[in-house]
Amino acid sequence: MTIRLGGIIVGLGLTAILVLWSLVPGLLNFALPEKPDYYAFQEENIAPEEGFSFEGAAGTWDYAQLQRGYQVYKEVCSSCHSLKFVAFRNLQELSYSEAEVRAEAASWSVPGIDPKDGSIVDRPGLPTDHFPSPYANDVEARAFNNNAVPPDLSLMAKARADGSRYIYSLMMGYVEPDPADQALSPEFETPAGLYFNEHFYNINIAMPPQLVPDIVTYSDGTDATTAQMSADIAAFLTWTAEPSLVQRKQTGWWVIAFLIFATGLAFLSYKQIWAGLKPKK
Amino acid sequence: MSFAWAKQYEPKTAFTKWMDEKLPLPRLIYGAVGAGYPVPRNLNYMWNFGILAGFFLVLQIVTGVVLAMHYASNTEVAFGQVEHIMRNVNYGWMMRYAHANGASFFFIVIYLHIFRGFYYSSYKAPREMIWLLGVVIFLLMMATAFMGYVLPWGQMSFWGAKVITGLFGAIPLIGEPLQTWLVGGFAPGNSALNRFFSLHFLLPFVIAGVVILHIWALHIPGSSNPSGVEVKKESDTIPFHPYYTAKDGFGLGVILILFTFMLFFLPNMLGHPDNYVEANPLSTPALIVPEWYFYPFYAILRAFTGDLTVPFTSIILIPAKLLGVIGMFGSILVWFFLPWLDKSPVRSGHYRPMFKKFFWFGLIPTMAALFYLGGAKPEEPYIVLSQIATAYYFMHFLVILPIVSQIEIPKPLPFSITEAVLGKDADKPAKAATAPSGTPAGASPAGSPEPAE
Repeated sequence: MTIRLGGIIVGLGLTAILVLWSLVPGLLNFALPEKPDYYAFQEENIAPEEGFSFEGAAGTWDYAQLQRGYQVYKEVCSSCHSLKFVAFRNLQELSYSEAEVRAEAASWSVPGIDPKDGSIVDRPGLPTDHFPSPYANDVEARAFNNNAVPPDLSLMAKARADGSRYIYSLMMGYVEPDPADQALSPEFETPAGLYFNEHFYNINIAMPPQLVPDIVTYSDGTDATTAQMSADIAAFLTWTAEPSLVQRKQTGWWVIAFLIFATGLAFLSYKQIWAGLKPKK
Repeated sequence: MSFAWAKQYEPKTAFTKWMDEKLPLPRLIYGAVGAGYPVPRNLNYMWNFGILAGFFLVLQIVTGVVLAMHYASNTEVAFGQVEHIMRNVNYGWMMRYAHANGASFFFIVIYLHIFRGFYYSSYKAPREMIWLLGVVIFLLMMATAFMGYVLPWGQMSFWGAKVITGLFGAIPLIGEPLQTWLVGGFAPGNSALNRFFSLHFLLPFVIAGVVILHIWALHIPGSSNPSGVEVKKESDTIPFHPYYTAKDGFGLGVILILFTFMLFFLPNMLGHPDNYVEANPLSTPALIVPEWYFYPFYAILRAFTGDLTVPFTSIILIPAKLLGVIGMFGSILVWFFLPWLDKSPVRSGHYRPMFKKFFWFGLIPTMAALFYLGGAKPEEPYIVLSQIATAYYFMHFLVILPIVSQIEIPKPLPFSITEAVLGKDADKPAKAATAPSGTPAGASPAGSPEPAE
């Protein structure tokens, strides 16, 4: 029949084109010697010793940790990084009281309009305001940061694979290059203005190491080690990226419990309805 | 419905009698998915996925309409609006995660539905039209899903849109102006986002319309079944309701457990982290990939790496990009020809030993490989593997299937569905055991089948 004959001709033709013009040159290429290895970054993320409290199906927030993380953001990160999708009112979710949130918002200065003459002025923040950007625009951000724009941090924990652990790893990644790895690529050298970080995808990151021990003094008395601050900021940024995380998981338990029950009933009624169809006699 | 023994709708109350005279909608439902639709009694769980696909279409429309109430299709604000839905709209996160994962589950059930069709040859006469409409639905779904993924205006939205709309640029002569016209600019921007939103809202209703045709066409010959033997008599069938409503209800529960597990515990697993970075036309992601459900076709697109040249010269007949586009679209268009490429009179893969081997050891591993390779980095050995898988894919449908259906000797079929289920059938003639009694009425060619070559 014509369609089958046509199909066979088209199929063989297309396959021949693919094999002769794509696969064969590809295989030849494949057979060529491999390029020398370059300095590889640590793709595997590390995590705090006890993991994060919000991980796992029953995970929940550690509010003290989130508050510490907020302190790290406020005192360290916020000098370069914005948090534009988060409003001060959201801080109430970190178990701050309404009055505390009001006071906290007022401690930030946000751009506003002078009601008298309409000029742009700085005013104390209100709970409804979002966290202000440290720079007026990207051009200013570049000018201050060796031509790199510090990214907004609101969604960072979801914008990277395995984000919470990635943030922790990145903060912990400012180490001395491994001499054994360095020997593999003798020409390797961190360019001026960049910093070696084994968890950054191209090894050299524009952000200088920030979380040196005791750069913040925790109000709850926790020892501000690099690992502690890294875990706290990672937890805080997980919350900013996914504020509904705990509510989502808790809702999920109820929904799935109900569905298992309902599906069980559906199965039993299916079996009962079909029971009459079993071979008789 | 065509079977003589199909139960007729009988209105009982005064209201239903009045309704039946004015608008016989209950009668339509009764005949379509009620007790008035006789269905083969031997359908297995693979026959659940049509109803499940319908469920996910409705879920997508409902969640999508709610999301559209809070979204704004403007490149300046789209990304922030999606975050607004996630943070400020009551249960907005649930709506959006349900919509994103709902798309994935829609494709999961559709792929199982399609592969059910491949294995049991559901595309064969007299059901060609159902199959053709199904392929149309699949193409519409792909267009809808692609445009939906652009709406959050993340990095992968923008770059995915750029790659896919760029495919039109591969068409000779008119490609570049066509692409500019379709996108509304030289690269996806506000015009593209706006029209994608408009079409993303429209197409699901077009899909719903084609689904109605799909179901209408199904009710002409009635459902196929795992034995591939056509319904002969009343004992072969059972009414859709309550038997298959109950079975589908259970199937729906199972898929909903899986779906809600993804929604509430791993909502971003099937997505790409780069889409939580706002679109930036000046910064190309390290790896541009579509959503997972497009991976097989993306792998086929990328498999064509070499320009078709006149041998031993550098005269390019067809550039690699155009070959890839032809391959990608061809990989789905070939499904339109399946009813005529596969001429075996036997439908079910159970009774087709040679076909069965090629299905389980050829097509399924190839599809699994293409699913993996479409998301892999464009480097060796993935490129070579995707080229081999692509070659097999086309060979399977265009060469192997026509030849196998010609030379294969099928196993004897059961006399009837009743026999397939109960092991015996009182109506079976004494000596009919070896005759191909299940030959579908419309599939047997008038003359003897001629050889393929």
